[in-house]
Amino acid sequence: MISNLETAENPEKLKRVVIEPLTRVEGHGKVTLLLDENNQIRQARLHIVEFRGFEKFIQGRPYWELPVLVQRLCGICPVSHHLAAAKATDMLVGVKQITPTAEKIRRLMHFGQTLQSHALHFFHLSSPDLLFGYDDEVRHRNIIGVIEDYPELAKKGVLLRKYGQEVIRLTAGKRVHGTGAIPGGVNKSLNTDDRNYLQKDIKQIIEWGEDAVELIKTIYHEHPDYHRDFASIQSNSMSLVNARGEHELYQGGLRARDAQGGDIFDHVDGVRYEDYLCEAVKPWSYMKFPFIQSLGQEQGWYRVGPLARINNCESLSTERAEQQRLEFMPLENGQPVHATLATHWARMIELLHCAEAIEQLLHDEDILGHDLLLKGDMQARGIGVIEAPRGTLFHHYEIDGDGVVQKANLIVSTTQNNQAINESIRQVANNYLSGHELTEPMLNQIEVAIRAYDPCLSCATHALGKMPLEIELLDADGNSLSRIRKQASGEICLGR
Amino acid sequence: MTQCHFFIDGKDIPFHPGQTIMDAAMTAGIYIPHLCHNPDYEPTGSCRLCLVKLNGRYVSACTRPAQAGGKVENQSEEINQQRKTLLQMLFVEGNHQCPGCEKSGRCQLQAVAYYVGMLSPYFTHFYPNRQLDASHPEMMLDFNRCILCGLCVRASHDGDKKDIFAISGRGIKSHLVINSPSGKLGDSHFNAHDLAASVCPVGVFLPKHKGYEVPIGQRLYDRQPISQVGDVAGQNKPAGRS
Repeated sequence: MISNLETAENPEKLKRVVIEPLTRVEGHGKVTLLLDENNQIRQARLHIVEFRGFEKFIQGRPYWELPVLVQRLCGICPVSHHLAAAKATDMLVGVKQITPTAEKIRRLMHFGQTLQSHALHFFHLSSPDLLFGYDDEVRHRNIIGVIEDYPELAKKGVLLRKYGQEVIRLTAGKRVHGTGAIPGGVNKSLNTDDRNYLQKDIKQIIEWGEDAVELIKTIYHEHPDYHRDFASIQSNSMSLVNARGEHELYQGGLRARDAQGGDIFDHVDGVRYEDYLCEAVKPWSYMKFPFIQSLGQEQGWYRVGPLARINNCESLSTERAEQQRLEFMPLENGQPVHATLATHWARMIELLHCAEAIEQLLHDEDILGHDLLLKGDMQARGIGVIEAPRGTLFHHYEIDGDGVVQKANLIVSTTQNNQAINESIRQVANNYLSGHELTEPMLNQIEVAIRAYDPCLSCATHALGKMPLEIELLDADGNSLSRIRKQASGEICLGR
Repeated sequence: MTQCHFFIDGKDIPFHPGQTIMDAAMTAGIYIPHLCHNPDYEPTGSCRLCLVKLNGRYVSACTRPAQAGGKVENQSEEINQQRKTLLQMLFVEGNHQCPGCEKSGRCQLQAVAYYVGMLSPYFTHFYPNRQLDASHPEMMLDFNRCILCGLCVRASHDGDKKDIFAISGRGIKSHLVINSPSGKLGDSHFNAHDLAASVCPVGVFLPKHKGYEVPIGQRLYDRQPISQVGDVAGQNKPAGRS
């Protein structure tokens, strides 16, 4: 850990460098660096500057609205929130197992969403750094530069994403913010025209998925030391796995492993997440800091997402993706891979897996079925756990006897990666920036580290009432007239 | 019975004496935008959306009797702009969050707004603080969406003979109230099959434990505009009730 860079002793005496806004990430954030007179980095923090509040304002709403309301947290991975909330509401309506058609339609939707999200991240957001280098000219280091220099590659990225969006449209009703999953099942299945339409292009999508893995593999091996060491941190990992220990995105048990690959817990029912995970609050961030209870806050932080999932699973259920996993794992001689930039590689293996899994489901007659919905006996508490593209996602709701939401707790992937992202930027700040005169390309390295996690900062700042808040009233000249601050403890301070 | 004629946007419309402009237009298949009107109940002319020009003067089509030889202007840019402004005000007076609303795609307010070309809010939102009434085992009331059309009041009084709903308060403080000892729906004589539950043009009456069961693409107004599909109430009418 490089946590000694979290808080400097005398911040008022240090130079402050701010990277704001962070670019090519989902949502709004900034990084602050504090430097001493010798340009040594003394403090490095990732801040989230937006504020949402979903956990609060869904209180008082009826539970059946949750899958549709809460997905509005995000425009990139709304399906993850849609399905996590739907799973939680399955539990509220007393349905332990939805129908085969409903489960396969939801899985199809989820594979489509992970495919499009991973394609968006790799091709649109990260490929400029990977193809041109972090120090490429700013005006060229973006998706337009990729379109100019690698038009075929850029086209594949766009069409991969389009295909995933089409899967979502046909299963959820709309490409963004659909209504397909409802408490106890789904509201539609596919018809044969829908299936034929998706089958038409799936072989091409799989080929392109495989090309994407080959591309990132080549990029990685061109500079193996850089990719292995840059922003690399030793961390615990958590993900879902199925009963056989296979990679799982929709339904499975929680598995947490330490940095050496040793079990911390395994096959834990996500409903019991509160027995295993805690969330810490820090006064300088809107984003919480989850950790594994048994290891404590200092040692218990962990990583979720593609790298954690590939590290944690015994295998992938699809042939080509599994072959790629077998080529990936020897990077650290069978030990967990902690190279943060290897997350891109793991992500593309998952993209390929999603494409193959979609093809399998498109051959399954259950997706054409009409048995869509089940009802059971109402329960007061519902918890849904799913693997979103960026990592494990928890939705927890409690309702009263009238069906109205009384309590909500969402633990999103980026929040669970909070400490890991902070550790990575501190590693970069310490190893690559400290002691140097800072330039734009050097600062971009901080962003390169953050981008590897594909953080969604909009999703990550959903809470209300648990983090410090400050509101300042300024006059027309920018002078402070009054200020009110709510501490993490809940104490309210007034002042000028 | 004597049949007379008048004109809507130049089209010859037959009517019987006593019929309103709206009644005659509906019979002739001419759409005049409206929210508070339902042919099964006495018109009140409260939403003002059905305003038309009769011989050059503004009148509400649902309350004004048709007049032989009268010239009615319905689909003009000027009148639709007035309707659009009325809708813009209705949208900000309540909390109408279409993207997450269960009635989206089958809400008359939303459909009429699309019909007159209102695609986004215009005025500053009031964001009134309104609560849900979830006390009834089968039906939830979401007052956030109430536009005070009074249809549930009329249906409960004239159709159900129960007088469960009323509009209380004045001006901007007007609001829907429930006739029960606690003021809650669960303490009233309301039944989920009451006519009052079927006439709401917005999303106040929400059957419990059901949400979004009609997929996008199959909802009432997903494929055709309200001018062709008609009112929500026509679709909701309980079987066997006239």
